Amino acid sequence: MSLPFRPVVLWTDALLFVLLTVLAALAFWTARNPQWRRPWARVGQSPLAVVCLGVLGAYALIAVLDSLHYCPRLPQAVPGQPAQYSDTVRSVFDALTPDLWRVQEETYSAPLAAHLFVRQPQTLPDGQVVRVYPRLRIAAGSAPPGQRWGDIARRTLSGAAAGLAVGALCVGLLAWRCGRVRGARAWLAAAACGQAGWPVRTLAATLAVMFVLVGVIAALAPAYHVLGTDKVGQDVLYLTLKSIRTGLLIGTLTTLVTLPLAVLLGIAAGYFGGWVDDAIQYVYTVLNSIPAVLLIAAAVLMAQVYIETHVRMFDTNAARADFRLLFLCLILGMTSWTTLARLLRGETLKIRALEYIEAARAFGVGHGRILLRHVLPNVFHIVLISTVMDFSGLVLAEAVLSYVGVGVDPLTYSWGNMINAARLELAREPVVWWQLVAAFVFMSTLVLAANLLADVVREAFDPRRGGA
Amino acid sequence: MMRYLVKRLLYAVPILLGVNLLTFALFFVVNTPDDMARLQLGTKRVTPEAIARWKAEHGYDEPLFYNPKAAGVDKITDTLFARKSAAMFVFDFGRSDDGRDIGREIRTRMWPSLAIAVPVFVIGLAANISFALLMIFFRGTYLDWAGLALCILLMSISGLFYIIAGQFFIAKLWHLLPISGYSGGIHALRFILLPVLVSLAAGLGSGARWYRTLFQEEVGKDYVRTARAKGLSEVRVLFGHVLRNGLIPILTGAVAVLPLLFLGSLLTESFFGIPGLGSYTVDAIRAQDFAVVRAMVFLGSLLYIVGLMLTDISYALADPRVRLG
Repeated sequence: MSLPFRPVVLWTDALLFVLLTVLAALAFWTARNPQWRRPWARVGQSPLAVVCLGVLGAYALIAVLDSLHYCPRLPQAVPGQPAQYSDTVRSVFDALTPDLWRVQEETYSAPLAAHLFVRQPQTLPDGQVVRVYPRLRIAAGSAPPGQRWGDIARRTLSGAAAGLAVGALCVGLLAWRCGRVRGARAWLAAAACGQAGWPVRTLAATLAVMFVLVGVIAALAPAYHVLGTDKVGQDVLYLTLKSIRTGLLIGTLTTLVTLPLAVLLGIAAGYFGGWVDDAIQYVYTVLNSIPAVLLIAAAVLMAQVYIETHVRMFDTNAARADFRLLFLCLILGMTSWTTLARLLRGETLKIRALEYIEAARAFGVGHGRILLRHVLPNVFHIVLISTVMDFSGLVLAEAVLSYVGVGVDPLTYSWGNMINAARLELAREPVVWWQLVAAFVFMSTLVLAANLLADVVREAFDPRRGGA
Repeated sequence: MMRYLVKRLLYAVPILLGVNLLTFALFFVVNTPDDMARLQLGTKRVTPEAIARWKAEHGYDEPLFYNPKAAGVDKITDTLFARKSAAMFVFDFGRSDDGRDIGREIRTRMWPSLAIAVPVFVIGLAANISFALLMIFFRGTYLDWAGLALCILLMSISGLFYIIAGQFFIAKLWHLLPISGYSGGIHALRFILLPVLVSLAAGLGSGARWYRTLFQEEVGKDYVRTARAKGLSEVRVLFGHVLRNGLIPILTGAVAVLPLLFLGSLLTESFFGIPGLGSYTVDAIRAQDFAVVRAMVFLGSLLYIVGLMLTDISYALADPRVRLG
């Protein structure tokens, strides 16, 4: 008996799960530590932050589902033979959304259209060739052209209702769980009046909107391309949803490089001073003085040469694209640790002069222990704030780098690649706008949520603002 | 002051040397010139002769640091490091892959870059400061809150969007300005207007938000309370006291980016077809012209270091509490 699929773990997948483990450990540690619980509770009390967390959570869920990769098993020609697996790498997200990628069209089609966007030659039964707008493949089994809008309206309404029903069930479960069974009624009543201590109603509304959206899309997807199709006929909604993983990975994996470098070097420079400080300052001034885009471009060009000359190392296109994505995160991390390191150095310089450090030293506590127990916890808020604030910048940087030609692999699904492909189509008459709009809307939503959350987090954690 | 300047200048040398070594390592050691030749010649089956010819044509057929075949001082100077990297210290940038002198190219292309970058810098600074002051004037009200929300919204949208939307609506749909292109003299105005407008819109969100933070810190200080206690009007407090003191960090921060204006903007220039240094860099990256990329890296870091020095000097000039020594 063989598995119906062969699991594939790409490098970025593995690192993403490492990151999630680290985050879980951090959450656990934070939850036990009252000093950190308090600012987080302040974040949780802000309705804005709750909405942002909801949106980010939805994006993260898609990214995680899209990071569980596998190769499907090929249908067996002769029973009893060892199973053969396909070369195409799919993810759990693909398996959950077959409607979005099964049917591929000829070329462009507008959102919710029934016909292709461009005329194609078609041979009539009498041998005459005419140019017509062919009917979309996906619309083959659905309502006849005249009843299209009625069909769309019906599907939208039923989808919304189904989404709302599932959402209500989930919110009910959540409320039931939070209310700890017995006090559920009283808790629900309090929550409905906005007295639960945190914005339950806001969270419920956010979730409701998301469930309705998912419901509507699920109802429309079998018969329509909700956001149209691109030049080669791929569903734009699918493309932009797949891009979420790339955007999130660039925003988060980069911190895996940034944080160790910035924290170790920044604190070491501030704490030890002397030649250590000089050396570290020299390194980051050099790195900082090279314009970031140029340094990234130089490194990525070199990586490209490396990939070209070591073709045999990468067995699939996915592995190749994955290496390039990983390398991009690495080099983005190398260019962005300097700012945080400088901040940490300054803060450590201040802390080093405080009495409690002197006391610790007088008691004979070693350097390592002082750094770990007395310095690191007191600069941790800077690390957190700057990580959250950098995230959105990194997501935006991906699009720009892809435009310059040093971003992710052209085969990777990413907003930068989508924008790049769609940019020239604006010159077309009539205009193909849906690809650009889809990429910008999904990207801006993510960045906006991250920026707003960063604001709340900074407000809550920055001691100068009367937070923690 | 003089002593300080000399010290800073001497301090810049090891940094530039570091930049030089780093780019040299990236371009010549991690990947050998052979790899580069193979990438440029494109095909999988290139002959060793073709590679050798390409290297000889572009002057890459020398050892990295030490040439045992040469005589005397040439042992050091007839090397890739001396020819390609160290030569930049005397502004000898060599030739690009299409055979043009990079130094001359930089000198002619920096003017269109400046034509866009200087107006964006000056008007942008004024616009961002005015917007920030407006928010501070209405601080604590819904107007302030809405302004801040607008800033965060503006900075959450990719810079590509402003450019594409500007080109699409203003140039293509309404035919107000040309989509792209450039010409010298007075006609340049028609071409730089749209890029400048787009860059201003793209920079407003983050700029105004940052200045608002600076002013907000300033507004909370004691001297502002004193000024108010004296009975000064809110407008006089803001313009006479808060703005003047808040300008110190703003201007010194702005001075740091002043030299970098020469480099222009990568995105704006290449989208609008401005023949400046930004589009030069983008074209070089796309064509994988390593000589140009190396030259731009060196130029960029040089200008950055000049900016750092200018910042220190302007601090000393603007703030009497700061003394250089």
